[in-house]
Amino acid sequence: MSTTQWESALTLPVTEARDHIQGPAEAAVTLVEYGDYECPYCGAAYPIIKEVQARMRDRLRFVFRNFPITTSHPHAEQAAEAAEAAAIQGRFWQMHDLLYENQKRLRDEDLRAYADELGLELDSFDKELAEHVHAARVHEDFMSGVRSGVNGTPTFYVEGVRYDDSYDLGTLLAALERTAS
Amino acid sequence: MTNTTLDHRATPLAPGTDAPDFELPSTPDQTVSLHEFRGQPVILAFYPEDWSPVCSDQMALYQELLPEFQKFNALLMGISVDGVWCHLAFAKDRNLHFPLLADFEPKGEVARAYHVYRAKEGTSERALYVIDANGIVRWSYISPVGLNPGADGILRGLENLGKGDGS
Repeated sequence: MSTTQWESALTLPVTEARDHIQGPAEAAVTLVEYGDYECPYCGAAYPIIKEVQARMRDRLRFVFRNFPITTSHPHAEQAAEAAEAAAIQGRFWQMHDLLYENQKRLRDEDLRAYADELGLELDSFDKELAEHVHAARVHEDFMSGVRSGVNGTPTFYVEGVRYDDSYDLGTLLAALERTAS
Repeated sequence: MTNTTLDHRATPLAPGTDAPDFELPSTPDQTVSLHEFRGQPVILAFYPEDWSPVCSDQMALYQELLPEFQKFNALLMGISVDGVWCHLAFAKDRNLHFPLLADFEPKGEVARAYHVYRAKEGTSERALYVIDANGIVRWSYISPVGLNPGADGILRGLENLGKGDGS
């Protein structure tokens, strides 16, 4: 055969030290999302993930990694770096939520307003964004996604294997429950 | 996973094959020939049509990865049966900065030479080729037409060039 097929699997394992994680390490199932804060499909997935988390509670571990496609989404990179800057101050998920709840307002001044709203120390936030301190981390996320077969956003992995089915609530929840049991 | 397109997927040219040379328009007044790029790897990304949702995501991802491809000194070219003006509008709208070649007249001739023409639809397969600096196919892949193949295969193909993988 002249073609080559690979199973698309997560090439960068989830680690507590590196990743942004909600849910316990011993959860029955781990869901990883590669997402872009300006991508409308990711925006549509956002409340679905929230609902899945609400229903599965401690049986689900959710991990978010950055996959900004700046060609289509000019604000996505800076938004991702803003989330990473918030992470340094222990506020990753709060920033993550604000970004997805305000997807059409991701200009630099918007990001700064969210940082302010979350009570972040603004001098360091501003400096880190201006100097792109977190660009390397975002790029590392991005390339780990590329090498894992991410082909658009959002791309999900269930227990490390790419999930190619629909991410409507019923289908995703059923797939996660199946894996969890 | 069900895949209705799987049954008539073609088989691409095998690794080790001489990549068929071609000359295609990239703009209304410029043409691009494969042999001009002897000495550097070339990535050919055949895709069915400009504007279709999967194509757009795929090409946006490749645009994002141009710096990675450049690390291998590799040149990326997209190819579809659309005409040059359509390609120009598409590239402008989607912010694409790599050549999109018009396999428009005779329609699909290059796609046929690479065994990736879909005669029934009048478009090409969603197919990827990595061609080495000597013009030899080193990796080829045909994706289900509705599925974005991503870029991990291209990157592996480029990495394998350095390993002297001539199989």
